[in-house]
Amino acid sequence: MSIVKEFTKGLWAEIPPFRFVLGLCPTLAVTKSVETGIGMGLMLTFVLVFSNILISLLRKIIPPSVRIACFIVVIATFVVIVELVSQAYAYPLYQKLGIFIPLIVVNCIVLGRAEAFASKNGVVASIADGLGMGIGYTISLTVLAAIRELFGAGTLYGIKIMGPSFEPFTFMVSAPGAFVCLGLILCTMNLFGKAKDM
Amino acid sequence: MRDVIKMVVVLGLICGIAAALLAGVRMVTMEKIEYQELKFVKGPVIMEVFKGCTNNPIKDRFKLKYNEKEINFFPGVFDGETNVVAFETQGSGFGGDIGMIMAVNLENDTVSGIGITTHKETPGVGARAKDSEPFKNSFNGLSVNEIIRVKKDGGKVDAVSGATITSRGVCEGANLGSEIYKNLKSDILAKLKEIK
Repeated sequence: MSIVKEFTKGLWAEIPPFRFVLGLCPTLAVTKSVETGIGMGLMLTFVLVFSNILISLLRKIIPPSVRIACFIVVIATFVVIVELVSQAYAYPLYQKLGIFIPLIVVNCIVLGRAEAFASKNGVVASIADGLGMGIGYTISLTVLAAIRELFGAGTLYGIKIMGPSFEPFTFMVSAPGAFVCLGLILCTMNLFGKAKDM
Repeated sequence: MRDVIKMVVVLGLICGIAAALLAGVRMVTMEKIEYQELKFVKGPVIMEVFKGCTNNPIKDRFKLKYNEKEINFFPGVFDGETNVVAFETQGSGFGGDIGMIMAVNLENDTVSGIGITTHKETPGVGARAKDSEPFKNSFNGLSVNEIIRVKKDGGKVDAVSGATITSRGVCEGANLGSEIYKNLKSDILAKLKEIK
């Protein structure tokens, strides 16, 4: 597969979390507003790209029997870096995302890409894969968050969109609303492009 | 055997490098994070305690040692004079420690305001202390030389109804604050002169 294909598969054909339905915990929790959705997506992209680079570089050195432990250490390191940097430079976002930043460590997408892709492919392909998946995840979260924020609070990125007569549909900002919304998007996506057999 | 050694060495090396990297990042960001915490968590409370001050208390802060612990002090300028100083103190409430900001008037050694920054009190009961104006205002004007108590215990503070333990905890924090203030007053005054 070419590098371009590695990158673009994360944007539609294998876009997380819709196609694999992995990493749902932060997906449901942080998509109450567009701001937190984008923030989470960008943080995950950073972790994904750098952990992919490192794991791809180390793939011949890491003994197979301790590979998961090594992957987790690498991923956790980048997550802590993200946590500290966001705390230092984007404190309000850090306060809103709270526990979900450290929880990126156990996000299935990151470990999944490390195990399924970076540990078997070269550095350049791994960067393309991580970047594609990360951007795909960011787009997914942003779309999901935009729908939920628009109907649940009547705002978009904190700006009021709906008129004064709008009654917030609070179901959308609760966890079940997130599930329903995710299901509807998944359904629409399958209508236009059937998911590959996996 | 060789496999085992390789495993240990590789995992150990990765962990070691990760630890070193994180220590570096932590050192670089530590000061910035402390400032952000002051600005977003303690800042609003400090500004509330210092209603009407003309300086930036967070920017003008300084540190002093008390019982081996470093405490942040925030000077407040009113009418062109630095006559109030606020600092962090803590008491123990119903659910855990209550982090507080206490402001003391340097001229007559009386409390000029208290505010609560962090707490783990019961929502709807003890947690109301954080926003209860009558409760917080009843500390104002009390001298640091007397022991601060709630009315139930023979003092002057109006306890939050139904939250006596929390109210006592805040009083305890205020008394600790008085101790800190009395012990460090000369250092505070020296530091303020230095800044000027």
